[in-house]
Amino acid sequence: MLKIDNLHVKLEEEDKQILKGLSLEVPAGQVHAIMGPNGSGKSTLSYVLSGRDGYEVTEGAASLDGQDLLEMEPEERASAGLFLAFQYPVEIPGVGNMTFLRTAMNAQRKARGEEELSSGEFLKLVRAKAAELHISPDMLKRPVNVGFSGGEKKRNEILQMAMLAPRMCIMDETDSGLDVDAMRLVADGVNALRAPDRSFLVITHYQRLLNHIQPDVVHIMAEGRIVKTGGPELALQVEKEGYGDLLAEAG
Amino acid sequence: MSDIAVKTKDVTPQVSGAARAPDALEARLEALSLPRGGFTAAARRDALSRLRDMGLPGPRDEYWRYTDPRPFNAPLPQPVPLVTDAGPALFDDLDRLKLVFVDGVFDAAASDDAELEGVQIETLAAVDEATGDHWAASLYGVLETAGQVPVRRPFAALNTAAARDGVLIRVTGRPSKPVHVIHRRASADADALWHHVVRVEEGAELTLLETGMSGARSNGVIEVDLAKGARLHHITAKRAADQKLGLSHLFARVAAEAQLKSFALSVNGRLMRQEGVIDIAGDDAVAHIAAAVLGDGDEGPFHQDDTVFITHGAERCESRQVFKKVLKNGAEGVFQGKILVKQGAQKTDGYQISQALLLDERSQFLAKPELEIYADDVKCSHGSTTGALDETALFYLRSRGVPKARAIVFLVLSFLADALEEVEDEGLRERIHERLEAWLTDRAQG
Ligand SMILES: Nc1ncnc2c1ncn2[C@@H]1O[C@H](COP(=O)(O)OP(=O)(O)OP(=O)(O)O)[C@@H](O)[C@H]1O
Ligand SMILES: [Mg+2]
Repeated sequence: MLKIDNLHVKLEEEDKQILKGLSLEVPAGQVHAIMGPNGSGKSTLSYVLSGRDGYEVTEGAASLDGQDLLEMEPEERASAGLFLAFQYPVEIPGVGNMTFLRTAMNAQRKARGEEELSSGEFLKLVRAKAAELHISPDMLKRPVNVGFSGGEKKRNEILQMAMLAPRMCIMDETDSGLDVDAMRLVADGVNALRAPDRSFLVITHYQRLLNHIQPDVVHIMAEGRIVKTGGPELALQVEKEGYGDLLAEAG
Repeated sequence: MSDIAVKTKDVTPQVSGAARAPDALEARLEALSLPRGGFTAAARRDALSRLRDMGLPGPRDEYWRYTDPRPFNAPLPQPVPLVTDAGPALFDDLDRLKLVFVDGVFDAAASDDAELEGVQIETLAAVDEATGDHWAASLYGVLETAGQVPVRRPFAALNTAAARDGVLIRVTGRPSKPVHVIHRRASADADALWHHVVRVEEGAELTLLETGMSGARSNGVIEVDLAKGARLHHITAKRAADQKLGLSHLFARVAAEAQLKSFALSVNGRLMRQEGVIDIAGDDAVAHIAAAVLGDGDEGPFHQDDTVFITHGAERCESRQVFKKVLKNGAEGVFQGKILVKQGAQKTDGYQISQALLLDERSQFLAKPELEIYADDVKCSHGSTTGALDETALFYLRSRGVPKARAIVFLVLSFLADALEEVEDEGLRERIHERLEAWLTDRAQG
């Protein structure tokens, strides 16, 4: 599904290399986790994949189902099935959560040549999904992420993901700032979405999330590269020992 | 944003009119036919002599530093072609009492009967000649005259002297629906001057809507007198199809416990200046003045100027100025806003914000916020910002599949939200929001 090959990325404005030959492949139906020290480039990877400005790919490739991601606009990547749950979801005052979500869904459908959702269908769907994530009707009506608590923002990201039903879901530290119950809700939401034709790339610092969302593969990232790949036991090792030995071994 | 809790002082530069060429003013007056007036006759004569004293604004006039007065000084306006297919107007499907003015002159045939419980509606031209004595005589030109200090506003005096028509509204109750003044154009070169007088009696309340523009050039004055506990919601909207040259003045006197809420929406245009002069004269009164402006220089030069002067002369009063401008393709926005807190106006709560969203580097926003405070127990703050689109928010929206142009529409609406919030009636606010969204989306799809 997602294929990243020898990706080199630098900042557009500065001469600073952040990704230095990153390769990774997530087959359909699998959940992969990425762990790694602060500043290793995890968020940068997620931004480059989803098309944020300010980065320059100097070498390498990234594709979704064989389509070259790097050539597409962010909205085209979304319509092609890519979704990024942000580490820091953005507040947009004056724009209703529902209006935003409905516009996004219908724009994607239109781009794919599908029927747009009527407002009745949309409402039914969004209410059901919101209830599953314990998102109140009042939060749905409020402006996008405005006045939401940290945990509420993260749940709102998962609501968007559930509504947009992407095939490739990237989650950047969705578990940070969540209380124990909210983490379970989010994990349940993600598990409900697991399907043979849908994949996940879960960026996290904590093994705990991976108890709820069982990964098939765990990658360790450091200094802009994947330095080690293994099974769920790798996450347990990080939790217990930290990155020291792992990085020394790889380096 | 700076918060200033105690005394600050500054000086508004004064400009004398003596240096101006009287010929230019005489040529300007020559091109107008000055009505003699009935109950307004004395006010008109007085305005004319005040105007001759002050002259027209010149290039060195401090108050006209950011906006070129010459198109308003010219004896005749440049003709502006009529727009035939303007599409539906903003409040077309609303239950309201409709008053139509064509190039500044009342059109009875196109208007509703002026029958509405709790409000007495007349038109200036209809009653001016006939009536020797009228309630509006104590206001016509009176609030305008009071608003000439400390800053001269020659075009307002010109208006008092030369206005041909307007609406005279006296509110005694709480009418069941808004009064809607609609301005239309019928000639490509009309120089339209209208002058409204609104008096809201004690405890009474009115929503006054005003849409469209008139003439190839327009000069409008509205004098508003709010008695104790009275309320006026004034909402004006000018849209792209009305595009032209316009100047307007709002003069308001707000008595104790009264509330004035004024909101103006301007969508494109060429050269526009709106002045608001508000005198908060009684304790516990509230005055809000807000505007949302969208300017696109693509269809010709765009310059829009909001100039506001709020005087706090009583205790525990609140004023808010919220001005938001979205500018692109070389559009220019101006904001000059002042809060004057007089001695003794304790517990004043004054707030002022002016912000511009520049969609490109060619556009510009000039702001001159001022505070002048002579009372020691007040809370006043003012702030002004100029910024570009928030790239992070833009990316967030696009990452969900929203096309770039549509995402920009969302961010523009987001930027304007604080100004729209000033429209108190939720139904009207949503209507304005929807119309704005539809208009922006339509254009975004090009
Ligand atoms: N726009 C930018 N300007 C300057 N430096 C940047 C920018 N974006 C990323 N960096 C730098 O690149 C490195 C990688 O940052 P990134 O946010 O991708 O790390 P991360 O692995 O997500 O870290 P964390 O675990 O703390 O979220 C950091 O050193 C960061 O400071
Ligand atoms: Mg990060």
